[in-house]
Amino acid sequence: MNARTEILDRIRSALRDAPAVPEVPRDYRRSSELGEDALIELLTDRLLDYKANVFVEDAAAVPQRLAALLEGTGRYAVPHGLAEALFAEADAHDGGSGRRVTDAPGHRLSVEELDGVDAVVTGSAVAVAETGTIVLDASPDQGRRVISLVPDRHICLVRAGDITTILPEALRRLDATRPQTWISGPSATSDIELERVEGVHGPRTLDVVIVRG
Amino acid sequence: MSGTFLGMPSLPVFGIGNLHEHEPFPKAAHRELGNTQLRANLGHATRTIRDKRLAVVSELPDWEELRDAGRAVKESVMARLPELLEQFEANFTARGGTIHWARDAGEANRIVASLIREQGADEVVKVKSMATQEIGLNEYLEEQGIAAFETDLAELIVQLDHDKPSHILVPAIHKNRTQVRDIFLREMEGVDPELTNEPARLAAAARAHLRRKFLSAKVAVSGANFALADSGTLAVVESEGNGRMCLTLPETLITVMGVEKLLPAWEDLEVFMQLLPRSSTGERMNPYTSLWTGVTPDDGPQNVHLVLLDNGRSAALADEMGRSALHCIRCSACMNVCPVYERTGGHAYGSTYPGPIGAILSPLLTGITAEENNSLPYASSLCGACYDACPVKINIPDILVHLRGEDVDSKRGKKKLPSQMDLGMKAASWALYSGKNLGLVEKALPLGRIAAGPDKKITKLPGIAAGWTQSRDIPAPPGQSFRQWWNKEHQAPAGPAAAGTDVPGAEPAGPKENP
Repeated sequence: MNARTEILDRIRSALRDAPAVPEVPRDYRRSSELGEDALIELLTDRLLDYKANVFVEDAAAVPQRLAALLEGTGRYAVPHGLAEALFAEADAHDGGSGRRVTDAPGHRLSVEELDGVDAVVTGSAVAVAETGTIVLDASPDQGRRVISLVPDRHICLVRAGDITTILPEALRRLDATRPQTWISGPSATSDIELERVEGVHGPRTLDVVIVRG
Repeated sequence: MSGTFLGMPSLPVFGIGNLHEHEPFPKAAHRELGNTQLRANLGHATRTIRDKRLAVVSELPDWEELRDAGRAVKESVMARLPELLEQFEANFTARGGTIHWARDAGEANRIVASLIREQGADEVVKVKSMATQEIGLNEYLEEQGIAAFETDLAELIVQLDHDKPSHILVPAIHKNRTQVRDIFLREMEGVDPELTNEPARLAAAARAHLRRKFLSAKVAVSGANFALADSGTLAVVESEGNGRMCLTLPETLITVMGVEKLLPAWEDLEVFMQLLPRSSTGERMNPYTSLWTGVTPDDGPQNVHLVLLDNGRSAALADEMGRSALHCIRCSACMNVCPVYERTGGHAYGSTYPGPIGAILSPLLTGITAEENNSLPYASSLCGACYDACPVKINIPDILVHLRGEDVDSKRGKKKLPSQMDLGMKAASWALYSGKNLGLVEKALPLGRIAAGPDKKITKLPGIAAGWTQSRDIPAPPGQSFRQWWNKEHQAPAGPAAAGTDVPGAEPAGPKENP
């Protein structure tokens, strides 16, 4: 008998008392009604608690904010789906797009190239205010998982309309089968005396730009 | 009806691997208790985490509703396990993943080693995983000439120190920062000799040490926290980004997961991703969670495998009283609140799974008669703190008592002569059967006073009762029993207010006057 058959037989045999399948009581909160300002405030509070940096900007002011954040850094990576216009201000400072490297189908950045950039700028799919969580699902404005992992600094754009209050609301906006990365602050560890320390293998700096409108 | 078993009922097949207590728990605990550094480290760490957990749990107005949902989801997973496994397999495979089934630890180890060899690799990076710890994968790979590098900070500390994990979430919980610094200075190649014991500096040293390994690794081995049957999705919950590195960069990803880790559907994840982080590290959410479904073209590993592990889980499932131990999501809240764990530490439990959950899970996976695992269900005061803390409401105290019964029954079968315990229980049964019998026994109380001698302490009891007096004295019994006193008082004409009655240790006699 092969292992699969044998294990499934063992399990069926273990269940020969035919235990009942219970109804799952879903009496926990599944929706909420926080307004946009309250959501932004809550998400900001949680992200700051994780030691992320948070900036709240109107859409029109984002290029300026990005230029300021990128000032003084070297090369930075972006996924191909992120609008070029976002970097208009940064390019104006640089006199061109020379510092920007784009990860695109047919032109993939290698791990070594990514290790050589100072930062990455991505969008995001959805955020959860209550837990301070931002979800990336590898859409074109977020790129492959590797690009938001290897660079030491992650600048992440979150649209105000993508912020939910609680996790169940966020899950309803996501497709399980897309590769997902849930990010709640910069990388951290509690492995020494259970005290939280920010900055291990993942990006050690997380800048979040919350975009209104 | 695919869920109905039509074949011959089979005997449970137990698990093997790092699941055993090699000496009786009391002996191991006694030795560990002598380690004052260990007790100080553990006391500090468990106090810290208990406070954090309470703070974030009390933030949620629906914590109890989430626990109820979590328990019901897990119960339904167990009841529907065969059908959910088949559903998961179909979905994971349809998206380019490959499933392997392993009856036990040995089979799982062989499958993983051969998958690594197929890639021509002689080293792998690893994400912290209880399943691979349980099957002894690192030791097996070493025998096969394959180096396995642990990348979780605490696992790295333990591996560099050639030590064993003592906690399922923070395997190096028994080490303090200075001990960690000393291990790094001694074992880490190229480490800065000026390294201090500051946790941030230690984390930075680990980053530098593992960076090249991550960027060049061809094969990674992981565990999984959850598997969603309705989509074929796997999830790994972590903090440091070492998980993301292992799950994203190498071309080949091999995951080892117990068959009980399934969740039926995507919406179930919303329950567990609220329960797990708050119960384990006491955070609103852990820094990173990765989800993947088979192979995603052009993104992450293109050669994706999953080893589904039985290793005694089907045997635990066959135990109707004990099967809910399989609901465990490995959060470690139970050990952080356990008065026994806090004092003995994880090594005293022998198995990969320490603490209250380990005291039930290990003997359920291996069978109660394996090695010294029958001593584990007694590693508890039955105070119930673990049950209160468990995010999926596993009734650990009830299962501990159930397993104690199994242990007593298994021993009774082996011996022809009744044991001291049997005789003691028989005697107690007779004494407690009627007031008359008990009265006869109480007549012997003065004998106890003689045994106690002038210092009024009994310091050594005979036979199996000796365990009781090993670490404490028993005060001399009173000159009379309560029942003797009561009879005397109620026959006396002066009534309960009579002064000068000699009842050692008793409150002044007389009815309580409640306003």
